[in-house]
Amino acid sequence: MKFNSHQLDNGLEIVAECNPSAYSIGLGVFVRTGSRDETAEVSGVSHFLEHMVFKGTPRRSADDVNREFDEIGAHYNAFTSEESTVYYAAALPEYQKACIDLLTDIMRPSLREEDFSMEKKVILEEIQMYADQPPFGMDDRLKELHYGDHPLAYSVLGTLQSVGDLEVEKMHHYFQSRYSPSNLFVAAAGCVDFDDLVAQVSSCCGHWEAKSVDRLLAPARSKVSQATAFPTPVHCVHRPTATQQYLLQLADAPSSEDDNRYAAKLFATMLGDDSGSRIYWELVDPGRVESASLGHYEYLAAGMYYTWVGCDPEMAADNFAQLTQLQQQAEATGFTQEELIQAKNKVKARVVLGSERPRNRLFNVGGNWMQRHEYRTVRDDLAAIDAVSLDDIHAVLAQYPLTNCTTLTIGPLEDLGT
Amino acid sequence: MPTTLQQRTIHTHVLSNQMVLVGEPTDSVQSAAFTLLIPSGSSTDSVDRQGLSSMLCDMVLRGAGARDSRALINDLEVLGVERGESVGVSQTSFSAASLADNLAEALTIYADIVRRPQLSASQLEFARQVCVQELRSVEDEPAQKLMNFLRQRSYPEPWGRSSCGTQQGISECALSDIQQQWSAHYRPNGTILGVAGNFEWSQLVEHVESLFGDWPTSSEQSSLQYKEEDVPVHHSHDSNQCHLGIGFPTVPYRHEDYLQAWAAVGVLSSGMSSRLFTEVRERRGLCYTVTASLQTQLDRARVFCYAGTSSERAQETLDVTYAELIRLGEGIEQQELDRLQAQIKSGLIMQQESTSARSGSLARDWYHLGRTRTLDEVGRLVDGLSSDSINQFLANNPPGNFTFATLGPQPLEQPIEV
Repeated sequence: MKFNSHQLDNGLEIVAECNPSAYSIGLGVFVRTGSRDETAEVSGVSHFLEHMVFKGTPRRSADDVNREFDEIGAHYNAFTSEESTVYYAAALPEYQKACIDLLTDIMRPSLREEDFSMEKKVILEEIQMYADQPPFGMDDRLKELHYGDHPLAYSVLGTLQSVGDLEVEKMHHYFQSRYSPSNLFVAAAGCVDFDDLVAQVSSCCGHWEAKSVDRLLAPARSKVSQATAFPTPVHCVHRPTATQQYLLQLADAPSSEDDNRYAAKLFATMLGDDSGSRIYWELVDPGRVESASLGHYEYLAAGMYYTWVGCDPEMAADNFAQLTQLQQQAEATGFTQEELIQAKNKVKARVVLGSERPRNRLFNVGGNWMQRHEYRTVRDDLAAIDAVSLDDIHAVLAQYPLTNCTTLTIGPLEDLGT
Repeated sequence: MPTTLQQRTIHTHVLSNQMVLVGEPTDSVQSAAFTLLIPSGSSTDSVDRQGLSSMLCDMVLRGAGARDSRALINDLEVLGVERGESVGVSQTSFSAASLADNLAEALTIYADIVRRPQLSASQLEFARQVCVQELRSVEDEPAQKLMNFLRQRSYPEPWGRSSCGTQQGISECALSDIQQQWSAHYRPNGTILGVAGNFEWSQLVEHVESLFGDWPTSSEQSSLQYKEEDVPVHHSHDSNQCHLGIGFPTVPYRHEDYLQAWAAVGVLSSGMSSRLFTEVRERRGLCYTVTASLQTQLDRARVFCYAGTSSERAQETLDVTYAELIRLGEGIEQQELDRLQAQIKSGLIMQQESTSARSGSLARDWYHLGRTRTLDEVGRLVDGLSSDSINQFLANNPPGNFTFATLGPQPLEQPIEV
């Protein structure tokens, strides 16, 4: 296992974790752009652009792109988040060249008007699909309530209105301003030929014009001030046609630059993992909820604890009270050594099991480069997890209290009766 | 040089009580995984206790051997076992993956789970609540709900049952029913254990013999109960999108023509250059999700297609999807098969990277075929496919005898089969 990196003259970086004994390769283009780089007027453009990237280039039609990826048997896709857009493919090593040719070519898409109009229909369907599923678009609403008008609160999908109104010229403009060689990089993992990779990326992308890209990443913090009296208010959205009641919470947490992120993840595991955690034993195991979990999500200059509960509306108020009590108890009395050992073993096993596939390592290598411009081995991550003490956990809890959260509920209830 | 499949040997050991152990050792990974298939599925639930197998699956994890519910889950987590369990129409599947060193210990705990569950009265209502919550949550997932209806409409009873069961069935399950289902269906004859990863075969055999060798055989009961229910074609649902499903019969896994049938469905829906994706989404922008997949049981199989789209375009989506199914009967092209073979081949090679995926395949192959197949053998079978052989199959078995189901604001007009 060897890490390699290289930078082209125009600023484009290439990073790879090369493992000659792997059966496959994972290749990706990571772009530093997402919904937090948008304005309200073009809300959803990053995600729409991600779809349009597969719609062809000066030398390929949309059908060509799909067909050529399928011809080499690649497993390929893309995703957009609040702060990144990632295009990736898992393939056999002998198709490294073909795969890089496709991935780099589509980074200079034609953005043709007729493809834009057609794909707009698909995106509008995607928005409607999510609006029909729990939490019925309320994850976006929760971010708005929590962060106010901070860009991190912008919806990744956008709305029927914003996407419906979007014009192709606006997308061109956004593309020009974000997909500069200095604002994206190529990452690879698995049985990669690094010299070949550098030579090919250099030939495919070396002529891309270097442009500086501004990125304002203001720290995001909750609008709920520390001074707000506890308990914080519960925002209720009435949806009489839903069967279950859903409860969502957002609280501030360590960001991706913060070394305390490992402690935050272990804390979330002990309190709210979907198995074996305190929330599991109190709410899931006795069947008081269909599901309940707490996760830690890291962003640049921001971190989130996201809590999710789905349950029978009749039990919602009791469950909410129980959840709050578990959070207060964790903050007041902390955790035990046994709980920490169990959480560490569980998290470490996930790290190791996940690392056996190059496509998973790709997201790890790319994610670390995106967020911290660093390479971390599996061993580095295991050591960082091992190093976390109960004191670290309790310090993080004091700094980022989970009880200082924004709460939203949606379902058949008009209010939680709290 | 093209990547080839590693030569791996699959070992088989049949215990004197007829339990089957299949294993594929490799030293190229650090992990080991197993899949334990137990012959308790929703088709074995009695007509008025539908959901019994699911409830039993939940109950066996609530304490087994000397461990109570909490000790059982905690001990598995301390071992770093990633676990999952699911109930299908014919079997309950327990799967687990961990670092290879912990395989033996994890198996020891699972031997308790299936052979010595406590099935304690104090846990019964908790298990019931878990199952009730699960049933309720499906009500809020329109796509899943629709596919449940489509399966029920497509298969004769009891083969189209949803594993979640029914509210009525779950509410009627007494502890004696749970105990009876366990003693009748958690038995070595019909149980298959598939293991893949870094282990020594002879040691595994010895360990499995010590854990399961004295498990007494019990007689197989073939008292399947039938109660045909009239499931309507349309289900009214207050949603933005209309969800539509089409099913048609095909050949099961063990049929000599299975690979031809599977490849034909791949032409429909594998990859983004496949026919459904191209015609329904790319050319017409009708929906975000459109898929077709072959679902096989031991003696029967169906192809199920799904699409979700806004109501005003639902009829067109149904008509276009249906037209593609009819067109499939006219045959496929060589280039379509070439792409599919490339996808299957890379899929097979990448399957070697996942011990979980391999252990599941080993166990399911034995269930369907009564023998195992190396990836190398599957690769050769795939190489042997030709467009002529697939077209011959399609000429003899054109998609037909369709079953429809829709869920959404209004019913659609069903295409008429000519």
